[in-house]
Amino acid sequence: MTEPLITTPLRERAAQALGDRFLHEALDIATTRFIALRRDAFGDFPEGEALRDRARAIKEATLQRLDAHLETLVANIERLGGHVHFATTAEEAREIVLDIARRTGARMAVKSKSMATEEIHLNDALQAIGVTPVETDLGEYIIQLAHERPSHIIAPAIHKTKGQVAELFSRELRRPGLPADPEVLTKIAREELREKFLTADLGITGANFAVADTGTVVLVTNEGNGRMVTSLPRVHVAVMGVEKVIPSMTDLAVFLAILAKSATGQKLSVYTTLVQGPRRPGELEGPDEFHLVLLDNGRVAQLAGPLRESLYCLRCGACLNVCPVYRQIGGHAYGYTYPGPIGILLTAMLNGPASVRDLSHASSLCGACADACPVRIDIPRMLIELRREVNVRGIAPRSERIVFKALARLLRSPTLYRLAARIGRAAQRPFVSDGRIRALPSFFGEWTKTRDLPSIAARTFQERWRDLS
Amino acid sequence: MSVSAAAGATPRVALMITCLADMFYPEVGERIVRLLRRLGVEVTLPTGQTCCGLPLFNSGYHDEAAAVAARTVTIFRDAEAVIVPSGSCAWMVKHEYPGLLRGRAEAADAERLAARTWEFSQFLVRRLGRTTFESDVEGPLAYHDSCHLLRGLHEGATPRTLLNNLSGAAVVPLPGSDECCGFGGSFSVRLPEVSTSILERKLANLEASGARCLVACDAGCLMQIRGGLARRNSPLRALHLAEVLKS
Repeated sequence: MTEPLITTPLRERAAQALGDRFLHEALDIATTRFIALRRDAFGDFPEGEALRDRARAIKEATLQRLDAHLETLVANIERLGGHVHFATTAEEAREIVLDIARRTGARMAVKSKSMATEEIHLNDALQAIGVTPVETDLGEYIIQLAHERPSHIIAPAIHKTKGQVAELFSRELRRPGLPADPEVLTKIAREELREKFLTADLGITGANFAVADTGTVVLVTNEGNGRMVTSLPRVHVAVMGVEKVIPSMTDLAVFLAILAKSATGQKLSVYTTLVQGPRRPGELEGPDEFHLVLLDNGRVAQLAGPLRESLYCLRCGACLNVCPVYRQIGGHAYGYTYPGPIGILLTAMLNGPASVRDLSHASSLCGACADACPVRIDIPRMLIELRREVNVRGIAPRSERIVFKALARLLRSPTLYRLAARIGRAAQRPFVSDGRIRALPSFFGEWTKTRDLPSIAARTFQERWRDLS
Repeated sequence: MSVSAAAGATPRVALMITCLADMFYPEVGERIVRLLRRLGVEVTLPTGQTCCGLPLFNSGYHDEAAAVAARTVTIFRDAEAVIVPSGSCAWMVKHEYPGLLRGRAEAADAERLAARTWEFSQFLVRRLGRTTFESDVEGPLAYHDSCHLLRGLHEGATPRTLLNNLSGAAVVPLPGSDECCGFGGSFSVRLPEVSTSILERKLANLEASGARCLVACDAGCLMQIRGGLARRNSPLRALHLAEVLKS
C-alpha cells in the first residue's frame, strides 16, 4: 500500500470543498475553458476519432506483451549508456532515487511535473536526506510554495485563483504587494527558478512515454522547464510507470497527435522532449548519468485484473475536466494522489479496494469521462466493478448491504413491490402537501434537504392499467 | 433502422413502465399509451413488472441485479417490441442484460430482448417514422440529454427531432445540455451536497436558456430537476417528452 487510508469521510471532504468559494470559481473557470479547448481541438481534426481507436489498440497490444517491450526498452537504454531500475513498490522506487542522490552527493534536485513522483511521495523522502526538491513547473511550483499537493493531473494548481497565487508569492517569496497578473507572477517564478536550474545537481522527471525500439524517454511539457531539468544537472532520473512503454516512434506519433488536444486543446504541447541516455562524447549538453526507474506499484497485478484498462491512461486529465463531481469538489477532496474519475481507479490500483469504499461512489456514472478519454477507457464500468468488489469483499458498510439485499428481494417479487407501494403511500401521508414532499426523516432526508420528492401516486400506473384498456 | 416495418401489420409493443414512472409518474405512462394507440400501435402491459434492476447493478450488487433482470426477461419474452420511457432503464436492458445473464437459462432471451427494446423517442422516430406532433405545453422548451440515453445509447437525435418538429412551441438550446443533472441514482443520497451542487448548475443553465420548460426522456433526471425547481418555487417546469407531445 502506497498511501495511508483517509479517515475523514468523503462526504465531509466534499462538503468542505463545496463551501470554498475560491475553489468553486477557480474550478469553474478552468474546467469550462479546458472543455471548450478540447472540443475545438478535436472539432478541427477529423482524423481524431480514428487515431483514438488506433491509440487504444496500441495500448492493448503493448500491454499484452509488456515484458517483451520492457526488455527491449531496457536493452536500448543500457546500450545508450543509461541505467534502468525496477521498483516493485513505492518504497523501493524512493530508495532507488535516494541512493542515486546519496551516491552522487546531490544537494538540490530540480523537478519537472511528474505524477509518478507524487505517487511515491518522493519530495518528502528527498527532504529527509537533505536534498532540496524544487518543483519547476509553474503549477507545481505554486503548490510547493503553498505546501499542498496537486489537485489535477496536468494542472496541479487549478484550484487556486490568480489572486490567491499573488498573495502566496507575495508572502512566500517576500515580495509584498504583487498584482494578480499571471504574466507578472510567471516572470517572478522564472527569476526564482533560473538560479535553481544552474545550481541543482539532480534533475528528476516523470515520462509521458518510453519508446522501446529506440530507448527514448519522452516528456511533453509547455514551459521549457522539462528541457532544463533533463539537460542542466549532472544526473537525470526519470520515474515512470511500467505501462508507459510503447513499441515504436510510429506509435509515439499517434499518441502525440491526441494527447495535447485532450489535455489542453493544443495541437501539440510547446515542448516535446526526447531523451536518449546520458550525454554522449562530443555532445555539449545533457547529464553525465541517466537513470530510468520503472515503477510497478500495483500495475503489473492489474495486467490481468479488473482495472486493466486503466493502464491505458495517458494522464491527460480530460476525464477530470468533464466530470461533474470533479468540477464541483476539485482534486483534494478525493484524498489521494490521483483525483477525478481515473484517479479513483488508480487509487484502487495503488492502495487496494478498501481505499475506494466511498470514493467508488463519487461518480454519477454520467459517462462524460469515458467519452472524453483519448483512449476510450470505460471508466464508469470499472467504477461499477470496484463497487462490486467492495461489496463482495465485505468492505461496504453492513447497513448498506442490508438495504440493497432487501431492495433486491422486493424487486424480485411483484407482491412485495405492490405492498411496498401501499406501505409507502400510507407512510408518506403526514409529509405530503400538493402532491410533493418537502421534508422526510432519517435517510430520506438526504434527498429532501435540498429537493422536493414526488409522492407515490394514489394509484400506480399498473393499478390504472385496467382503466386504460 | 427499418422505418418501412411500420407499414402493413399493426405494430404491437409491450410497455416496460419502470419503477419510477409506475410509482411517481403514472400520467407519463398514460400519455404514452394514448399516444401510441392514436398512432395505431397496440400496447400491452405484461403483468408483474417491478424494476429493471439498474439501482442494484450500479451499486455493484450484480447477482441481485441478475436475478431481477432474469425476471424481467421472462416477463417480456413474448413481446415483439418493448418500449421504455427512461433512457437509463432502456440502456440497462439493451446494454447490460446480455452480459449480466450470460451463461444462464435466460441468456438467449436477454439477447433478444436487448435487440427489441426501444427508448420511447427512439421508437416513435426510428421504428414508427413519426416525427411531427403538436405541443401540449407552451414553449419555449429546452431539451436535457439524459446521460444514459446520450452516452449509453448514443441517442441525442430522436428527442431533438421530435421537439424541433413540434408545432405550437419553440425550442431553445440549453447550455450544457449534455451535462449530468446530478441524479445518478444512489449518488443523489450518498453525496447529496455534491448532487445538489451539480443540479444547481443545471438549473442555472435552464434559467439562462430562456426556456419555460425543460424536456427530458428519463424519470431519474426529472425527479432530480423537478425536485430542485419545486424547492426553489421556480415557475419553470420539467416534463417528460410524452407530456409534451399531444396525445
